[in-house]
Amino acid sequence: MAGTATIERVDAALAGIGHRWLASRDGMPALALAATDLGAALRALKERAGFETATLVTAVDRLGKTPRFELVHQFLSLAHNDRVRIHTPVGEDESAPTCTHLWPGAAFMERECFDMFGIPFDGHANLKRLLMPDEYGHHPLRKDFPHQGIEPDRLYREWDRERRKDWHPEAAR
Amino acid sequence: MGPLTTAAPGSGPLRARDEARDDGFFATRIDALVNWGRKNSLWPMPLGLSCCGIELMAMIGPKFDIARFGAEAARFSPRQCDLLIVAGTLTWKMATACRLVYDQMPEPKWVIAMGVCSSSGGMYDSYAVVQGVDSILPVDVYVPGCPPRPDAVIDAILKLQKKIERERPLARILSGPEVIDERGSGRLDYQPNAAVKKGVFDFHPHDPRARRG
Repeated sequence: MAGTATIERVDAALAGIGHRWLASRDGMPALALAATDLGAALRALKERAGFETATLVTAVDRLGKTPRFELVHQFLSLAHNDRVRIHTPVGEDESAPTCTHLWPGAAFMERECFDMFGIPFDGHANLKRLLMPDEYGHHPLRKDFPHQGIEPDRLYREWDRERRKDWHPEAAR
Repeated sequence: MGPLTTAAPGSGPLRARDEARDDGFFATRIDALVNWGRKNSLWPMPLGLSCCGIELMAMIGPKFDIARFGAEAARFSPRQCDLLIVAGTLTWKMATACRLVYDQMPEPKWVIAMGVCSSSGGMYDSYAVVQGVDSILPVDVYVPGCPPRPDAVIDAILKLQKKIERERPLARILSGPEVIDERGSGRLDYQPNAAVKKGVFDFHPHDPRARRG
């Protein structure tokens, strides 16, 4: 079976950390972890299992379930030529540990995840929105966000009015 | 020596009066002269935001060649342009930049919304995309297409030339400096969308709603 060597290596690296292998539809070994174990598991994957590249950090919004979000990490090992995926349930008001001290390249992906889902990452050096304006206040990829947006033009209108205050005769009144 | 007969009498706004032509004079209206100069030397500001920008390049290039209509002098500084071509998907984040470009262009200025994205938001019924640049700018000509062919944009330029012919620049010059914007688009409560709807539904002679008052 494809991935047996990967599973054995990851099992050895994660000894002592509770994890459960999932049925994976695309053939990539996938495992589930508790959010409290995530920090230790990430360090073990980097230092003991040899996954030196973080290829994806994102989340899934399971609206209606608790915990609501499912954090997804994907890692690549160039030395062993294999990949692994980690699913971590995260509640709506909870935060997740960052992995940027292990994989600095994940910083933008965590920022995008924070922007789109509102999941804060503990220990991230520069956790601010990546795509949406800083003052936007909503998280667009959540399932309860309307796809036409919540006041999408509010920040533009505020900017426009503020900009004209200095010189526009109507605004001076 | 008879009068020159190179131009057919009665054609165009710059038609010379026969008795004056031999002396190097001609008579015309100032409005017609100014409009003739403006419409044949449009300097476009190409605001290429997505795939429409590629068609815009093809339009400026030698095959479609908008130099035939005097509009080939694309400048990448808004201070030198009088025709803003919004070509592509305008996001709300980019809307501030687009409005700044428009405000920096000197009057008189015109706007072409090229493609469905800039005309109405197109297929991007989304929180991130401006649902038509007429939400933030007054638009003169809308060009449908995704993206429109260069022919369609050239047709828009020809329609814009017809529109410029109908303007009355002299009245604006004489009206004094307090009139900063003849279309009222500089007012704080100006809603371009409302103006467009009013223009279409209240004044169009074929619309039955126009006669209700």
